[in-house]
Amino acid sequence: MSAAPARAGADRPPLFEVRDLRVVFPGPAGGLEAVSGVDLAVDRGEVLAVVGESGSGKSVTMLAAMGLTGPGVTVTGSVRLDGEEYLGRPEALRRLRGKRMAMIFQDPMTALNPVMTVGAQITEMIRIHDRQVSQRQAMKKAVDLLALVAVPFPERRAAQYPHEFSGGMRQRAMIAMAMANDPEVLIADEPTTALDVTIQAQIIELLDGLRRERGLALVLITHDLGIVAGLADRVAILYAGRVVERAPVREAYYRPAHPYTASLLKALPSLEGDRGRLVPIDGSPPGLASRPPGCSFHPRCPIAVPRCMVERPALIAVGDHAAACHLADLSARTPLPMPAAGGAR
Amino acid sequence: MTDAAIPTTTPVVRSRRMRPQWLTLPVIIGFAIIAFWVVVAVTVPLWTPYDPLMIAGRRLQAPSMAHWLGTDALGRDVLVRTLYGARYSLPIAVIVVAVAVAIGSALGAIAGYLGGLVDSVIMRFVDVTLAFPPILLAMAVTAALGPGLDNAAIAMVAVSWPVYARLMRAQVLSLRGREHVEAAIAAGASRPRVLIRHILPLAWSPTLVNATMDLGQIVLLAASLSFIGLGALPPTPEWGQMISEGAVHFYSWWIAFGPGMAILSMVLGFSFVGDGLRDLFDPRSGT
Amino acid sequence: MLRTIVRRLIAVPLLLLGVVTIAFLLSNMTKGDPLVAIVGERQMTNPEVVAAAKARWGLDRPLPERYLVYVGNLLSGDLGTSFRTKRPVAQDLMVRLPATLELVIAAMIVGIVGGISLGVAAAHFRDKGMDHAARVLALLGSSVPVFWSGLLMLYVFSVLLGWLPGPGRLDPRMAAPPAVTGFYTVDALLAGDWPAFVDAARRLVLPAIVLGWAVLGIITRLVRASMLDVLGQDYILAARSKGATERRVLFNHALRNAMIPTLTIIGFSFAYLITGAVLTEAVFSWPGIGTYAVDAARALDYPAIIGVTIVGGAAFLLTNLVTDVAYALADPRVKLG
Repeated sequence: MSAAPARAGADRPPLFEVRDLRVVFPGPAGGLEAVSGVDLAVDRGEVLAVVGESGSGKSVTMLAAMGLTGPGVTVTGSVRLDGEEYLGRPEALRRLRGKRMAMIFQDPMTALNPVMTVGAQITEMIRIHDRQVSQRQAMKKAVDLLALVAVPFPERRAAQYPHEFSGGMRQRAMIAMAMANDPEVLIADEPTTALDVTIQAQIIELLDGLRRERGLALVLITHDLGIVAGLADRVAILYAGRVVERAPVREAYYRPAHPYTASLLKALPSLEGDRGRLVPIDGSPPGLASRPPGCSFHPRCPIAVPRCMVERPALIAVGDHAAACHLADLSARTPLPMPAAGGAR
Repeated sequence: MTDAAIPTTTPVVRSRRMRPQWLTLPVIIGFAIIAFWVVVAVTVPLWTPYDPLMIAGRRLQAPSMAHWLGTDALGRDVLVRTLYGARYSLPIAVIVVAVAVAIGSALGAIAGYLGGLVDSVIMRFVDVTLAFPPILLAMAVTAALGPGLDNAAIAMVAVSWPVYARLMRAQVLSLRGREHVEAAIAAGASRPRVLIRHILPLAWSPTLVNATMDLGQIVLLAASLSFIGLGALPPTPEWGQMISEGAVHFYSWWIAFGPGMAILSMVLGFSFVGDGLRDLFDPRSGT
Repeated sequence: MLRTIVRRLIAVPLLLLGVVTIAFLLSNMTKGDPLVAIVGERQMTNPEVVAAAKARWGLDRPLPERYLVYVGNLLSGDLGTSFRTKRPVAQDLMVRLPATLELVIAAMIVGIVGGISLGVAAAHFRDKGMDHAARVLALLGSSVPVFWSGLLMLYVFSVLLGWLPGPGRLDPRMAAPPAVTGFYTVDALLAGDWPAFVDAARRLVLPAIVLGWAVLGIITRLVRASMLDVLGQDYILAARSKGATERRVLFNHALRNAMIPTLTIIGFSFAYLITGAVLTEAVFSWPGIGTYAVDAARALDYPAIIGVTIVGGAAFLLTNLVTDVAYALADPRVKLG
């Protein structure tokens, strides 16, 4: 239904690629489709931001790609690392997890096991994937990793339990754990949402540094376009289980092609001194069971036309910018006919 | 995190018929069991072919068409005796729980509402009573008062009231600070009035749930005391007493079978209904 | 938390004093002359014995003073004299304690090991056949009267099938192994008496299952519920994202967390164990404290029944204390210090 993400050097497959991913939760009438054919790709040293409101399917997409959706959930499509297909190979995917692909979570308060020391949780990560490493060697490495993510007194900290860490330190420990086996892909699910603003910046800086130094492919799942601006190379905007816009980050910011993206940007506090003119998006995203026909966004769209209610727009790419909107005209390079700020209500 | 990760986002599939959510199959079965025993207890003398105390046939007969659960060591019909057993177990359980709830709740409400020294004294008494393993305390009390169902009932009240004191005290403590209570106090309502009119009506649900489950447990405890020889005395057709007769005539398994099933069904019935009530009052605590 | 434990440590003797006080009041509630309860009816005609008992228990003094004497006697380990066995109650209990402990420990093993396994399996296979089976088994365990299930099991496994021996601790034709621990199974092994060990172990199976089943029911339910709770936590997802195998996720991550609330219930289930032990011993003619209590109660042997009650209360309080300490040690979030 959509073209593959446009990219330079398309002859070589991207490092990590998700194609036409569908995730169906058990439910009435054949189940509830949370993700409806999502395509994403990220390469070494690159940061892809996956942006959407809660319920847009952004987390589910990545969990499904990692094989972490629970029993009863159907996942179809394609998940490739280095061109190799992993979907439908749970054991192979398990070996991959924590080794070549690692994940960090939104709330470091709850994502660390409260009854294991931080050091033990990092050494576990190492020893799951390499039985040859002794507990001692692993612990030494865990201390080094904590030092790498700038946790002070790493040796003492390794022997402590998560509740003895502050929020920011826990997220650092989480990152240290994720980096333990030198992964190629790091998926960060809202890594800063639960943290104080000052700590947020430090964590973003830490992730950015790891990306640069280690050539990490970073998938940043977030609802916060503000974080995306400073860190991401490319953005994929998800709405109701579909990619509605995909573009290099500057393109998305300065020439959003989808009204949803435009609305998200308007809802953003003062990227360019636009202070005091925040425009929240009316309404809330549709629930899993009640996705509207046509374009899922049309009930909230300020510029919707009758066609949007019956016909779902395809994701159409021009160059490296793609959007799924009947009114977007990427080739014409004209801005969307969005209403003026504040006038949308 | 991972807002939509696990099926928490999938809406609960409601059954097509409009049955309240707490009224699950076990709860319905529980109600049916209890209804069965209530009907039996009330009507049993009207329709049974034998008298529970009279010899109905040859002794120690295995189950047959004439005696569905056989006969006991004296030739009495075991099924009839089992059905008559409900006339002892059910009223005793209801009375014991009612008295325990009355005593426990009253003391708990007073302790929670007044606080201070009264609270300390009552709650220390509760702590000490709960420090006894229930059956041993019940045995000691029954032994001191002398065997018999009436004394066993007193003993069972003695072991079961403290839980209600704790439950009610906790409720009163949490309700005491509520706005409507403080408003009533500010409006000049007297202490007993505030407690009775503004706090107690809201404090009943945990007690009711616990009391329902306790009914089954008291049936079990009463039977246990009778089994030991401290409750109902022969020839009363009480279930625990019947099982202890069954233990003597060990090879005639049917003597103990019926009363055992009766106890089990009562315990299950009340705990099913109790589970349902808990879900009704506090849907979040559901399993 | 250390403060909580210290506070509990102070509370335990106070609660024990309360237990003793209630026991004292009960023994004074008994119908008739409390002296009868102490020396027994037949000895009442012997003025020497009566005078000695009166002096010993201070029966000629007013109630408060008598209470002090009673507590003093208890503190020196004197629980009075059973008028059924004509021996000191404390001595009777010491003789019977190993039998009860052996049974209770075996039942605890059945209940804890079985309950945890079933609870984990039920949570892992939620809403599948295994889950339903485990829940039914657990429900029956905590609802079935042990004095009845014991009889039925004896009938089925001993009479009908002949797989296991009948009631009692040991074949009456066998000599008890020389007492070291008082546990027949252990002592028989220590003495190298293989036939005695086999018989003692086989006789332990049924009562341990009957008694352990009640505990198993409680533990299964709680482990299942707390496993389900824990399995929904973020750190479980995080553990899976590390590439941990399902077995590692279940046991190293989920169970370790689910065990913390379970510890409390294990202490709590001890009350059920004592209740169950009294009845189980009665059914299986197990010569332990439970049978002693039942015989004492039937014979209205007040010193014995009250002695057992005090010891039971003390054991119950101690278990709760141990549980609290174990809880504090198991959960690193609870500060010790």
